[in-house]
Amino acid sequence: MTRINQPHPVLRVDNLCVEFATTAGQIRAVDQLSFSVEAGQTLGIVGESGCGKSVTSLAIMGLLPKPAGRIVDGSVLLDGQELTRLPEGRLRQLRGAELSMIFQEPMTALNPVYSIARQMTAVLKRHQQLSARQARHRAIEMLARVGIPRPDQRIDDYPHQLSGGMRQRVMIAMALSCQPKLLIADEPTTALDVTTQAQVLRQMVDLQQELGTAVILITHDLGVIAETCDQAVVMYCGSKVEQAPVADLFLQPRHPYTAGLMQSIPRIREHKLDRLPVIEGQVPNLAALPPGCRFAGRCPNREDRCVQQQPPLTERGAQQFACFNPWNGPVES
Amino acid sequence: MNAPLLKVENLAKHFPVRGGLLRRVQAQLKAVDGVSFELEAHRTFGLVGESGCGKSTLGRTLLRLHEPTAGRLWFEGQDLTELDTSALKRQRKQMQIIFQDPFASLSPRRTVYETLREPLDLHRIGTASGRKRRIQELLEVVGLRPEAIHRYPHEFSGGQRQRIGIARALAVEPKLIVADEAVSALDVSVQSQILNLIGDLQREFGVAFVFISHDLAVVQHISHEVGVMYLGQLVEQASVERIYSMPTHPYTKALLKAVPKPDPQSDDLDAAAASVLEGDVPSPIHPPSGCSFHTRCPEAMAICRSQTPKSINIGSETDPHQVRCHLVDPALSLHIKHE
Repeated sequence: MTRINQPHPVLRVDNLCVEFATTAGQIRAVDQLSFSVEAGQTLGIVGESGCGKSVTSLAIMGLLPKPAGRIVDGSVLLDGQELTRLPEGRLRQLRGAELSMIFQEPMTALNPVYSIARQMTAVLKRHQQLSARQARHRAIEMLARVGIPRPDQRIDDYPHQLSGGMRQRVMIAMALSCQPKLLIADEPTTALDVTTQAQVLRQMVDLQQELGTAVILITHDLGVIAETCDQAVVMYCGSKVEQAPVADLFLQPRHPYTAGLMQSIPRIREHKLDRLPVIEGQVPNLAALPPGCRFAGRCPNREDRCVQQQPPLTERGAQQFACFNPWNGPVES
Repeated sequence: MNAPLLKVENLAKHFPVRGGLLRRVQAQLKAVDGVSFELEAHRTFGLVGESGCGKSTLGRTLLRLHEPTAGRLWFEGQDLTELDTSALKRQRKQMQIIFQDPFASLSPRRTVYETLREPLDLHRIGTASGRKRRIQELLEVVGLRPEAIHRYPHEFSGGQRQRIGIARALAVEPKLIVADEAVSALDVSVQSQILNLIGDLQREFGVAFVFISHDLAVVQHISHEVGVMYLGQLVEQASVERIYSMPTHPYTKALLKAVPKPDPQSDDLDAAAASVLEGDVPSPIHPPSGCSFHTRCPEAMAICRSQTPKSINIGSETDPHQVRCHLVDPALSLHIKHE
């Protein structure tokens, strides 16, 4: 693995709090979230819908919907530079060049009326001051690196002429074409078939390691986390409930939510189970969060204090978790 | 044995592709092309395949939501393809469908009560007060609180909406439910709740399911028999135990290898990426000649390009295992060795 040694992490998110103004009042979608990512490293953020994982990525990119959403506290440092207070003009210069993003649905992220060539060279011309000819050359090279056959011809295609997997590869090529320091991939393979998913992930990981890019991979799929990430952050109701190196996390999840998630993933088993293990109950409404631990209502390890107090983040070795009564049991697989 | 609950024989659904100035039919898109299987009460037939393989079209054709182009469809010994509209409507009481998107399949302007009342009214089930009681029962069966009855869909989470969709399908006490990607839009923790609910309902009411999904792990959990679909055809079908312990068609093998495993110790991404099929599913308008999978098959031979493989039973009479592949054809393997 090629790792570029750097004294500082590429991205450091510290105590990030994001709120949205809704008809139900002010809602805190991300609460006191901290993590960092180093060059060449992949950090996975996993959680279910509404846990704040996508809002986190939009907050880092400075793309929160305005005026409803805003960062109310905390900092986002990219290579030591504070992003939360940058004016929009400066952020624009950074997006695409220093930090880039891949979205879930490549068909909506690509412009249907422009060719791939036009969309890819626009990025390169803007951020790298390349001539039209140089930009096209670089774009073709990037398409080749993500495994698009005959890139010199395919580059003149329009998005509708490409399959879903090809489109997502174009997105990856485009996102990495200016060699950004940070790439945020938000559910990059969720819309793809399993057969395509493995290829696209592989190509993303290979290219990222060649270029030494730091990656944040956002997904609901623990299988994808296991196969691509170094570190994983588990989010529930806007806050981080656990963070650990991926191997440790899967070996011994400490937060009961993480353990529950792992057990409830349907997986191909040698012997079928009669019933799947479940996490009982539902995610609480963000507008009416309980005073104590947000998972307490569904937690098998609940104690009295869990209902009254929010458990602080505890560190044990490389693992962090926010739980008074952490999980010790095995995780069935 | 009695007649199976559902018997499908050589079912096909082709869509005309129109083009040109006069909108003439220029080609046929063979979404479903000669599918046969049987399903008993209390059993679940899982249907897997990539997007565009025709699994949803097949599901809809089973209920005659699409008119089949060819083939036969028996439900409790009755040929569905011959029924007229009113007979079909009566028959539909026995056959229901649950859709993927619980946000799109419920009317936002109707309360749960109105949504669940409609099928009861349509099929004239019970008296007015009986219908209300039935709706309350249904909510209990699918695990919703009684207060839910006068709420609108937007007041529920995705999992709860899917429970309403299931309650609606159950309202008329059907014998068969087609579940089309019924848990795909749900979060994992909710997904397992709904899968368990489906299992419970089957045990309690004996409903048969055709369970359509792209998720091989979900299909393994829920199914008794599995059909693997590629470009409109079932390329492999057998009991769930056989499919997962001895996948035989190269396509089934590739699908199973590609599933990401929640285990960081395994080097599966490399294995998965290496075994992954080249290219994409070809267009069903112009399917490849011979075996339609030969363009992506790692084991393709010369014969695969020219001859369409027959479906061969590599299992036994009582535990059939149908595979459409030249590799398992005993007559051909001899021939290939001689080549």
